[in-house]
Amino acid sequence: MNYLVNIGLEVHVELLTQSKLFCGCSIKFGMPPNTQTCPVCLGLPGVLPVINEKAVEYAIYTALALHCKINQLCRFARKNYYYPDLPKNYQISQYEEPLARNGYLEFEVENKLKKIEIERIHLEEDAGKLIHGETKGNIQEKELSFVDYNRTGIPLMEIVSSPTISSPQEAYQYLTDLKRILRYLRVSDCNMEEGSLRCDANISLAPEGERMGTKTELKNMNSFKEIREGLSAEIKRQSYLLDKGEKIIQETRLWDAEKRRTRSMRSKEEAHDYRYFPEPDLLPLEIDKRRQQKVKAKIPEMPQERCQRFIIKYGLPPYDAGVLTESRNLADYFEECLESFPYYKQVSNWIMGEFLRLVKKENVAIDKVKVTPAQTGELLNYLKKGTISGKLAKLIFQEMFKTGKEAEEIIETGGLKQITDETSLEKVVGEVLKENPQGVNDFKAGKEKALGYLVGQIMKKTKGKANPQLVNRFLREKISNLPQ
Amino acid sequence: MELYKLSAYELHNLIKGKEVSVEEVVTSLLQRIKKVEERVKAFLSFYQKEALNEARKWDKKISGGEEVGPLAGIPIAIKDNLCLDSAETSCASNILKGFYPPYSATVLNKLNKAGTILLGKTNMDEFAMGSSTENSAFQITRNPWNLETAPGGSSGGSAAAVASGEVPFALGSDTGGSIRQPAALCGVVGLKPTYGRVSRYGLVAFASSLDQIGPIAKTVRDCAYLLQAISGKDELDSTSLDYPVSDYIQCLIPDLQGMKIGLPKEYFITGIEEEVKKKVITATKVIQELGAQIEEISLPHTKYAVATYYLIATAEASSNLARYDGVGYGYRTQERTNLIDMYKRSRQEGFGDEVKRRIMLGTYVLSKGYHDDYYGKAQRVRTLIKNDFDKAFKDFDAIITPTSPTVAFNLGEKTEDPLKMYLSDVFTISANLAGIPGISIPCGFNKNGLPIGLQILGKPFDEKTILRIAYAYEQNTEWHKRRPGI
Ligand SMILES: [Zn+2]
Repeated sequence: MNYLVNIGLEVHVELLTQSKLFCGCSIKFGMPPNTQTCPVCLGLPGVLPVINEKAVEYAIYTALALHCKINQLCRFARKNYYYPDLPKNYQISQYEEPLARNGYLEFEVENKLKKIEIERIHLEEDAGKLIHGETKGNIQEKELSFVDYNRTGIPLMEIVSSPTISSPQEAYQYLTDLKRILRYLRVSDCNMEEGSLRCDANISLAPEGERMGTKTELKNMNSFKEIREGLSAEIKRQSYLLDKGEKIIQETRLWDAEKRRTRSMRSKEEAHDYRYFPEPDLLPLEIDKRRQQKVKAKIPEMPQERCQRFIIKYGLPPYDAGVLTESRNLADYFEECLESFPYYKQVSNWIMGEFLRLVKKENVAIDKVKVTPAQTGELLNYLKKGTISGKLAKLIFQEMFKTGKEAEEIIETGGLKQITDETSLEKVVGEVLKENPQGVNDFKAGKEKALGYLVGQIMKKTKGKANPQLVNRFLREKISNLPQ
Repeated sequence: MELYKLSAYELHNLIKGKEVSVEEVVTSLLQRIKKVEERVKAFLSFYQKEALNEARKWDKKISGGEEVGPLAGIPIAIKDNLCLDSAETSCASNILKGFYPPYSATVLNKLNKAGTILLGKTNMDEFAMGSSTENSAFQITRNPWNLETAPGGSSGGSAAAVASGEVPFALGSDTGGSIRQPAALCGVVGLKPTYGRVSRYGLVAFASSLDQIGPIAKTVRDCAYLLQAISGKDELDSTSLDYPVSDYIQCLIPDLQGMKIGLPKEYFITGIEEEVKKKVITATKVIQELGAQIEEISLPHTKYAVATYYLIATAEASSNLARYDGVGYGYRTQERTNLIDMYKRSRQEGFGDEVKRRIMLGTYVLSKGYHDDYYGKAQRVRTLIKNDFDKAFKDFDAIITPTSPTVAFNLGEKTEDPLKMYLSDVFTISANLAGIPGISIPCGFNKNGLPIGLQILGKPFDEKTILRIAYAYEQNTEWHKRRPGI
């Protein structure tokens, strides 16, 4: 039977603020356990939360970029449940009055434009991390568990889509586009491995004609690919049951990456009652129109618009434009190169080729690359003028990429400037012809290969610095001018 | 001279005039504590050595010509739910026994700056849940006026310490009457500030939307000085408000010309002792003679206050007290088979009965299916109660009521009947629900010599008006001069 698939995604991203959501602790990743904590994020008695305004700004910023309506008055709420990674045994989150509602994300999937509603965006604090089974010092007990509270209280933004995503591929594309936008906004680095982006899905199948089936919630997927795979597996499982005439149980299921299938975690009956109520330690958050306007003014050009502009303004092929606008930093880099070297396609080729090759090879973030766009533009200028060969340019660029030195400095100190000075090159050509009469004769006799040999000799004498086109031209001229 | 009998203001004048040293003051109080504490049992901990050191430091400063502020060198006690850096803060609970916070409450930092000398931390009902201080896990505090009676609660330790002359003043906290009711039962002055007037940072939470820290003292003036020192916006408490702090001393004028005061009829019917009623009515006559105009008013939703309070306060408490789970700090059970078992046993063994009762009630109130009927409805009634006051304060400057329906009751008298105990707060609870300030001052004694309290409620952030009325009344009566014969 055919079923209508309805998928909804709940994305949690850690915000790139300096400090945690309700205290001044740093949010830096990978620090020794419990070194980034204070009485507030440890939930000690008597302490109180104070909202991080930067996190609020980031959430407003994201909400506006996703076309949401900001609630002028929103409220924090306590979500109550017991778990050792949650020191207060409640999480400060938002419930009935989230920061924003009713936005959308538009993206292309399988050459069609799809628009998915964003139901809500809200702020909440992250929980800590449990480390199981390690023993420390002279603690001899078995099966100990430890808690690392460094992550406790890191600002999380939850973005909830409507359950109108209709395939795993669409979910994949939604996430890809959402991630790109969040990174464009620089509100999160969206790194799933470090846990700065997490995603849960809910999925239901309805026989054609019916509106909604029973949904299951899917957790524990660690990459966009796993999400796509997990959803596919869940569709298969549900349609198998429905085909047999069985009912879907409303439950939470875990994706098992090893066995590549989903398994039941808890049923609806076992679902938590979180006993939400408004957080009395925080005043309602007022976000007036003026503040919204101020934040809105800072929203940069979004990836889709920028891609279109690259195609139209720079005449780039859609593929190039797509690659270059994949990240805001790369697109910025491209456009900054143009300031010193306004040849769009050449810059595009260089960035998509050498630049990205090195970025990938050295595994550096684009904003951490040492060579500046102006320096790259300068190098391309040398290349265009013929001061250096393409091969040499690549070598020089590698050095620039590694050290951040100017192209000129590398060329001068390494003696890498091509010999374009015609008289000095002519002299070398004359010498080589004199020293290799056999080669000259062979070429004259029609052996084209001999020319290659002669070129090689010239390159050897100039240590590769001669301009190959010039060498070719001089050789042919000189040989034809030689007395018979 | 028996220095322990004096008010903070009197002590200040002596210290300032170099008639006594701070060390003499501290020594006198320590001797007094030595003499009566065994019977009163107001304190959970003492800082005798530190206090004497501090005193000597102050004496050096003073002889060096340093200016002596109104609180400089004055000894004080604080309720044990106020976090003090590196000092045990137990909330009179086994679950927090041995907990030493690495930070101090904002009010304590402010007091430290003002120069008070901390003598110790006082007993209380466990987590401030109770009206007699009998819910302390550690000891029973006795009312200095009659050692067989309770000092009230939950700040019973602070009130008893002030009443018995162990300290001139103290800090308490008030969630539903926990400053005013023990002040009334112990014959001293107690003030609950407007919600948001004083920072709650470092006050171990019972019910966050109701809790406020406030002063307990022998006189209205001392109360004003202490309030002055602890008030103001605190960046660490988002619910503290940036409302200008008035000069609470300037407003102390013994004259009430032009003032309009309301007498709510709902506060003079149910369960109130005849003698209490009489004394409060007599007090209003005095206030009238001082120039105030007194009229009967109605606060129609008063009868819902106790029910509303016990829904909201317990709901918040169930969440606030969830953190005491044996994981990070505090009591952890010795025997445990798994995580859930550890949670259960630690909490079962660590909390006392009343605390458990309220956690269960609060958890129930917030549960799916009951949430809107209980918590939701309580929030709506809370708004109605607040509206009652808003309406009354359009025409009246303040409201006068009895503080407690009864005088001090016998120890053990109400411990078996929680509902009866809850009704002790019937007149004080509304001020917490509405977030308005209230003060209790002595207005007489019953035939057995037990003190009776008069409550004055004011507009939000208008502590100066209730202080002024209290001061005018106090200056024209002698009740505050009586001391228990302990
Ligand atoms: Zn922290």
